[in-house]
Amino acid sequence: MKKIFCNIAALMLLTGFAKAQETVYPAKEYKGRLYITNGTVHVGNGQVLENTTIEVNDGKIVKVGAGIAVPQDGAKVVDAKGKHVYPGLILPSTDLGLKEIGSGVRGSNDFQELGDYNSNVRSIVAYNTDSKITGTLRANGILLASITPEGGIVSGSSSVVQLDAWNWEDAAYKMDAGIHVNLPSFIIRGGRRGGGGFPGGPGGGAPSDPSRQAIDRVEEIKSFFRQAKAYLQEPVHKETNLRLEAVKGLFDKKQKLFVHGDQVKQMLIAIDFVKEFGFDVVIIGGSESYQIADLLRQNNIAVILGSEHSLPSMEDDDVDQPFKTPAVLQKAGVLFALNDTHEESRYRNLSFNAGTAATYGLSKEQALQAITLNAARILGVDDKTGSLETGKDANIVIADGDILDMKSSNVIRAFIQGRDVSLDNKQKQLYERYKYKYGIK
Amino acid sequence: MRKIKLLLSGLLFASLLQAQETYPVNGVADKRDGCYAFTNATIVQNAQSTLQKATLVIRDGKIIAVGSSVTVPKDAVVIDCKNKFIYPSFIDIYTDYGVTTPQRQFGAGGFNFNQPAQIATATKGPYGWNQAIKPETDAYKMFSVDDAKAKALRDLGFGTVLTHVQDGISRGTGTVVTLSKEKENLVILKEKASAHFSLSKGTSTQSYPSSLMGTIALLRQTFLDAQWYKNKPAKEGINLSLQAFNDNLSLPQIFEANDKWNDLRADRVGDEFGVQYVIKGGGNEYQRINEIAGTKATFIVSLNFPQAMDVEDPNDARFVSLADMKHWELAPTNPAAFEKANIPFCLTTADLRDPKQFMANLRKAMEYGLTETRAMEALTKTPATLLGVYDKVGSIETGKIANFVITTDPIFSEKAVVLQNWVQGNKYGVKEDAWSEAKGTYNLAITSAAGTNTYTLDVKSNNAANVIGKDTLTGKFSFDGKMVKLSFSTTPARRGAPAGAAPATGGAGGFGGGRGGNPSQFRLSGVANGDVWNGFGEDTAGNKLTWTATFVSAPASDSARRRPSMPQRLSKVTFPFDGYGWEEAPKQEVLLIKNATVWTNEKEGKLENTDVLLKDGKIAKIGKNLSDASARVIDATGKHVTAGIIDEHSHIAAASINEGAQSVTSEVRIADNLNPEDVNIYRQLSGGVTSSHILHGSANTIGGQTQLIKLRWGANDEELKFKGSDPFIKFALGENVKRTTSQNNNRFPDTRMGVEEVLNDAFARAKDYEKARKADPNTRKDLELEALVEIMNRKRFITCHSYVQSEITAAMRVGDKYGFKFNTFTHILEGYKVADKMKVHGSNASTFADWWAYKTEVQDAIAYNAAIMYKVGLNVCINSDDAEMARRLNQEAGKTVKYGGVPEEDALKMVTLNPAKALHVEDKVGSIKTGKDADIVIWSDNPLSIYAKSEKTIVDGIVYFDREKDLEQRKKIAAERLRLINKLQGEKRGGAPTRPAEPSYQIILTCNDHSHSHGLITLDAEELENK
Repeated sequence: MKKIFCNIAALMLLTGFAKAQETVYPAKEYKGRLYITNGTVHVGNGQVLENTTIEVNDGKIVKVGAGIAVPQDGAKVVDAKGKHVYPGLILPSTDLGLKEIGSGVRGSNDFQELGDYNSNVRSIVAYNTDSKITGTLRANGILLASITPEGGIVSGSSSVVQLDAWNWEDAAYKMDAGIHVNLPSFIIRGGRRGGGGFPGGPGGGAPSDPSRQAIDRVEEIKSFFRQAKAYLQEPVHKETNLRLEAVKGLFDKKQKLFVHGDQVKQMLIAIDFVKEFGFDVVIIGGSESYQIADLLRQNNIAVILGSEHSLPSMEDDDVDQPFKTPAVLQKAGVLFALNDTHEESRYRNLSFNAGTAATYGLSKEQALQAITLNAARILGVDDKTGSLETGKDANIVIADGDILDMKSSNVIRAFIQGRDVSLDNKQKQLYERYKYKYGIK
Repeated sequence: MRKIKLLLSGLLFASLLQAQETYPVNGVADKRDGCYAFTNATIVQNAQSTLQKATLVIRDGKIIAVGSSVTVPKDAVVIDCKNKFIYPSFIDIYTDYGVTTPQRQFGAGGFNFNQPAQIATATKGPYGWNQAIKPETDAYKMFSVDDAKAKALRDLGFGTVLTHVQDGISRGTGTVVTLSKEKENLVILKEKASAHFSLSKGTSTQSYPSSLMGTIALLRQTFLDAQWYKNKPAKEGINLSLQAFNDNLSLPQIFEANDKWNDLRADRVGDEFGVQYVIKGGGNEYQRINEIAGTKATFIVSLNFPQAMDVEDPNDARFVSLADMKHWELAPTNPAAFEKANIPFCLTTADLRDPKQFMANLRKAMEYGLTETRAMEALTKTPATLLGVYDKVGSIETGKIANFVITTDPIFSEKAVVLQNWVQGNKYGVKEDAWSEAKGTYNLAITSAAGTNTYTLDVKSNNAANVIGKDTLTGKFSFDGKMVKLSFSTTPARRGAPAGAAPATGGAGGFGGGRGGNPSQFRLSGVANGDVWNGFGEDTAGNKLTWTATFVSAPASDSARRRPSMPQRLSKVTFPFDGYGWEEAPKQEVLLIKNATVWTNEKEGKLENTDVLLKDGKIAKIGKNLSDASARVIDATGKHVTAGIIDEHSHIAAASINEGAQSVTSEVRIADNLNPEDVNIYRQLSGGVTSSHILHGSANTIGGQTQLIKLRWGANDEELKFKGSDPFIKFALGENVKRTTSQNNNRFPDTRMGVEEVLNDAFARAKDYEKARKADPNTRKDLELEALVEIMNRKRFITCHSYVQSEITAAMRVGDKYGFKFNTFTHILEGYKVADKMKVHGSNASTFADWWAYKTEVQDAIAYNAAIMYKVGLNVCINSDDAEMARRLNQEAGKTVKYGGVPEEDALKMVTLNPAKALHVEDKVGSIKTGKDADIVIWSDNPLSIYAKSEKTIVDGIVYFDREKDLEQRKKIAAERLRLINKLQGEKRGGAPTRPAEPSYQIILTCNDHSHSHGLITLDAEELENK
């Protein structure tokens, strides 16, 4: 492996650097058997199996257990002795492939469309499989992601993709899995003393009633769905309405409604969506979800938490509140997943967000489940992935240490649908290039 | 009815408004000298001296006599003030009465990455370069009488005000005027009485300054420029602003600071230039009263107490901070805190939502400990003396202007009514109908054709009376000082109100229905004439009648009123004034940490089962089986002990970060605006951080001077500073300084070519400047260039925001040209490409562990950057630049183990010893070595691990964060929040006006380089400034 890097680096010096990552190829389909032997298998459902072998056939897991015989017939064998084997990690809501350069380069951004009710807008058609970022996620064990449009009130539909593909049609793992709604804020915006800050004047003018405005806005959103319901009951339409047609899956329960909001009142509105429309509702954000965990469980509402690595909402809050929120949800029995929305490290720290949750109240396996099986359940792909169980796709990560801890988490192999995917990426290539320059071993 | 002959005086009092001599007479001259004698009054001459049954004589608008045995001049109109009180009228030292304060345009004048800058002033004429510096403004030249506003103040008892145009940083002069409605010529008592300043640029649309520290820097430079201008330098030509600034220096200097920390900041600027400001505070000074006393300033104190918030909805209450609720509770203690600390102060109506609240709030301040004597002084003598007009106003003494008020009761008592307010010898009625209280019993005789009926009339107040015949009848009664109206029914109401009760609001209902034709209802009206009232009336049957009421006796006086006492339970002032603040600051201890794994960062490496003794704030001993009888022993078996984390790149604990309006702002100083109450200090202590380098942002090529602090939670801004460290300055290169995100940048530079030339030019100027100053000490002192000269002389050091290799190399070459080095390149995400060059140049590197792809210049950023630079031999630090990540810097260091295989101990050094070296403080901090500062963290686990928590964070041998105590503190916060929420709800139920709960947004300052995950209730500071 090391040698190859050096050669690549040498090649790059000759051919010019701009093409660097273009030599990272999506893996070819792998037919036949694959054995990952004798690893410490973290199933993703809470179980840890020591010294266990995973047998894969044509990209599916067919057996997981100790003492599985490995035939000497040329089947691919990966020795995982002393290694940790994990399900592929899932980034449950992200602008990966839609936003390449966050700031200052409008041309590289395709995550937010004009208009308020864009239910018909589909993230999958803009998803760029050649994003330079994707390779850095694979290298940290993230093998699937839900690509989410942003902005407006109804942003559009998200799709689940696998992160090793030639184009978006190859990448699609579950198309148009959910519709995304952004709820209005119920909190007054305003200024306050800034520790004796720049005196721009506090507040200024009586604050309007944000609750009232928000409720009006929510009524408008509900009215959209009521009209959609009526429209969808009509057998033949004189005039086609793409926006209303696009939410059919919500009523058929083939899609989930992803409601973006952090505030308690926003989450109460989400509960109301369940009650009025019977949708499968998932909250994305949910920084205040620990306040109403019981209510969320009673209403079967799942939560995709925002980044663990956030400051507490309020200066009086427990300094570690965001770190321990997952433990509160776990205890209450809420189905939740963890996310990494950090713009600057670009989502590759998903497993460390889980590690933090493990430091503050979750067990390590619960924390792992929150970025694997729970995420799969929430996204509606748990029939295919999320855990290392028979019948599922062989989406597998092998690390030489605890994947939740940066000190020890080097991912050494990864498989998507049994395909041995490249862990190379632009950053590793640049690393090799400059090791070469300086003669570093 | 008692003697009310004076009432007519109101009618006699024709226009006494004195015209000036120069004004032509239109019609018949009507000169009167307005001589009045106020007799039998209780005269409060000043806070110390009160005369009983005394007489006050005024003539021509002046007091000509006051005393107990004063002869009343023959030509005096005598006003009997028996049972009345006379006070010197109040003085409000902080108003904009009669001048217009321009309003700031929405969004104007800030600095925004997306908007073009206004580089030059928009003021026309021979004035200074900055639009917010306008000392040439003279309030007296634009003053015009505004009687509507004057009346509002007179009604409260004010007679004199200082007024100025409240706009800009240097605001020009204020003028002392009375609240008389005469011609302006006669109303102005002192044309130029004061010079005014603030930290707000007001309506200035010029981009600079865009920050608090820029404002302070501008003031500082203006002082220097004004001194320089005294010699009339030919190059400057005529500069009326600097001229006026100098002229105004002889006046009292009044600084509107409006906040406890800003008070100190203003005072320090004054100290630098030998000016003692009078400071207008912000109402939160009680939170730091010792520091406030240390200013030795006289303060102007507002009585604007926050209104109770409506916290009925727990979702709303959730976002109101404990600090804001506590301030609501404690704000009324502010004036008393000044008094107790013996700080001279004036009171003002400024900032009140409604001036009518003034007296009620003043009484509230008294309930919370302010004495009447000090209140009186604060409203009279103190402001008058300060403004140099105590010879004219502020007390009742012969020779002074006849400015006084007449009240029914002692002026601060709840039942006191201001009857008249005399200004410059002219009477202004306030509530004259209260002059004669009608209270008492009267014989009422009603005469009709049928004869005379007599009743006893029991007047309870000017609005309530009972008529007593066979029964007690509740009448409808009103008396306005002159006119009387009374109606009553001779039969009691069926469900009559009990005797003595005031009438219900209803009219006829109160009189038993008065069935049609019932003759027993009387409607009377009349005029009071001394103790006898006469009038006529009608009964229900339409019979005409006349009536007379004759005063018999006054009611028994009220028993002594209960003085409301100070509420029993109040919040404690904590340091800082946050939920996590200390009631009592933690003390330095002798600490013996036993049996730890000690990461020394020294050649000893990592020591197992080792003890560390901390004494006198220093690391005293490291070794096995240490003991010290005086020490508190901490068992650290199984724990890891490291030096405290040092964050080379932080933006916490400051009130402003970016002075982005110009490309070179080396004159601004983070040290001028530290905010020691930022809760992120505490949060970062919880992540093991003990020192942070607070940097200016990256808005411009040469940013501001930085400040290294220690996270001494609870300290004030001065105490926060890391003592004895070398001064640093922030530079920045690349996208931010060329304003990539702006579609219409007009600030040079717009490319990296220009960035290099900004540096080149700045140092060329600095070099010339240094020579010129040496040759001629009268050369204008330029603080911007001074800082650059310090850099060239290796007295100030650079930490330079930078990303791509071209700009890094170009910067180093500029340094080579002018003989200085770039001490540290911060961010430096392409440092790996030029690590060899940086090594030759001698730079430190301070980088992110794994950031990239958030903008174009970080496309080639790699997580292996730190490892490569480390392997090339640079001193490498990992920094945060982020209030959240700073509390996990240990983990960020851990990533260098993952990305590039840096050995663990060297990885830890990247957030401890290496930043100490880069900041030139490695002799004090950064490793566990005898003699170094006791800045220590005890970790639950390997500090590079995600599972490690700081259990104790120690700075100078003081435990500032203790995870167990933190848990207790959370409970305290919850309990105190609950108490205050209940109290606020009680306030609402009690009928007090409330305002909607206002979320306590935390303002988070950033370098504007990238986005941040700062939670729900945060505001970006720039968002605020540009609102």
